[in-house]
Amino acid sequence: MSTSSSRPLLEVRGIVAGYGSVEVLHQVSVEVPEGEIVTLIGGNGAGKSTTLMCISGIVPVRAGEIHFAGECISSATSRVRADKLVGRGLVQVPEGRRIFPRMTVLENLMMGAFSRNDKAGVAHDLERVYSLFDILKSRSGQLGGTLSGGEQQMLAIGRAILSKPRLLMMDEPSMGIAPLIVTRIFDAVRELNREGLTILLVEQNARAALRLAHHGSVLETGRVTLTDKASRLLDDPRVREAYLGEG
Amino acid sequence: MTATEVFLQQVIYGLSNGMIIALVALGYTMVYGIVELINFAHGDVFTLGGFLALTIVGALGAAAVLNPDTLGDSSHWLLLATLVIGAGLFCGGLNVLIDRVVYKPLRSAPKLTQLVAAIGVSFILVNIALFWGGAPMKILGNGNAAAASKNFPEILEGSNLLGEESNVVLRLEDLAIFAVTIPLMIGLTLFVKHTRLGRGMRATAQNPIAAKLMGIDTDRVISATFLIGGFLAGAASVMWSVYNNSISFQMGFRAGMDAFTAAVLGGIGSLPGAMIGGVLIGLIRSLSDGYIETRWTNVVVFGVLILILVFRPSGLLGLKQREKV
Repeated sequence: MSTSSSRPLLEVRGIVAGYGSVEVLHQVSVEVPEGEIVTLIGGNGAGKSTTLMCISGIVPVRAGEIHFAGECISSATSRVRADKLVGRGLVQVPEGRRIFPRMTVLENLMMGAFSRNDKAGVAHDLERVYSLFDILKSRSGQLGGTLSGGEQQMLAIGRAILSKPRLLMMDEPSMGIAPLIVTRIFDAVRELNREGLTILLVEQNARAALRLAHHGSVLETGRVTLTDKASRLLDDPRVREAYLGEG
Repeated sequence: MTATEVFLQQVIYGLSNGMIIALVALGYTMVYGIVELINFAHGDVFTLGGFLALTIVGALGAAAVLNPDTLGDSSHWLLLATLVIGAGLFCGGLNVLIDRVVYKPLRSAPKLTQLVAAIGVSFILVNIALFWGGAPMKILGNGNAAAASKNFPEILEGSNLLGEESNVVLRLEDLAIFAVTIPLMIGLTLFVKHTRLGRGMRATAQNPIAAKLMGIDTDRVISATFLIGGFLAGAASVMWSVYNNSISFQMGFRAGMDAFTAAVLGGIGSLPGAMIGGVLIGLIRSLSDGYIETRWTNVVVFGVLILILVFRPSGLLGLKQREKV
């Protein structure tokens, strides 16, 4: 375990992946150092979500390797099953939130703790989620499907926190949500990171994501075209023109 | 018989048959809820449960077991429990096997492919039942005609529990059906609501990818679902055989049709829906038999189904169209 101190917590090395005969990721490499927020920005269909699904073990990689905490979790020949990765701390807040609509808010949150046995730790994390998003506490008995989009996003993040992540991956948390709520959610992400949580954030909202992140990569049609400090990407003319609506 | 007595009698028939239909319907609805497959082979798994039960009765030496003089009265209940558990485990295991061998490789194939595969499995099972019926076993009887109905020995004494003078007949079989089906339904409800595996099943039904991201082994959940659905079908087939004193290789077709209708009527995917749908189909059947005419019963049952689907397309307790992201 100590060998990983110098290496990034997550290393995606040249992965190739797709669905059927369609190749979506051609050679994607991303690194997420421990304690950082790294963002992956890019347009629709660039392969951002597929990258996260590969890391989570849902979509198999056809070439390349994914290493987490110093161990290979996915390659063309072997893959740690998705449900096993959660217990190792690799947790995803998926695109479109994917909450359980016919479970209550509390039941949804507790599904996040499905693989855990430490009751005290779960109770502590539940309180943490409630302090982060107090609306979830007041709605704890309500069915997940009846929440608004922003509340569902908070629920999805809360549920992920209850999985006790070492690396939290978030897929488009701002999608379809009122700007005011997006600010609240991004504030929460920043706070979680300050407490030491490593975050990989996938976003179409490039400006907000780059302001939040330490490092960033640009994904275009299945290839990483730029990787740099987030502050430098914000000033990069190519990024400004393509993703920030300037230029 | 007075009008009230006729009504009561039909209600007793309807409830008994309805509880059996409900057990089978649960298998349809659970599997649909988890993998969105109409398992057309489910009725035929039910059939094989009946054949296994009859074979067990034969193997135990029916005559000796069924003679109340040689064994205590409780032996009947012991035999019934043996049959329910034996056929339940057999049908559950068979259902898991079918899923592993046929449905699992097709999980991401188009729905039509899966449906055709299920119909194919149904044909295979019907023919296994036919073969089984022709096997040279004394208990199967009825000459060598494989397709003939087989007598299922009377396991429970047949006297009227309401007294010999009563016109309304309530038999021990009716009580046995309630004694078996109601605990199974309550048990299933508690299991799904309160156990870890049950929570995993609900999560998988509501969003399979999210379930995996929660650390749920969805393959195990799917196997468990087929196991439980098959077990309920096996238990139902034993009760059906005991109730009707006869089995045939086609018995699963009728029972499966009724149960599938019940599952749709209650709202496919919903457990309480399948239970309520099953009892309703049983009642509609028996009331139609009693008040209209037996030959019109199928018309009445499916007519009611069509009406409900027109005015409430997702069934009585069904959910609105599942949202897909």
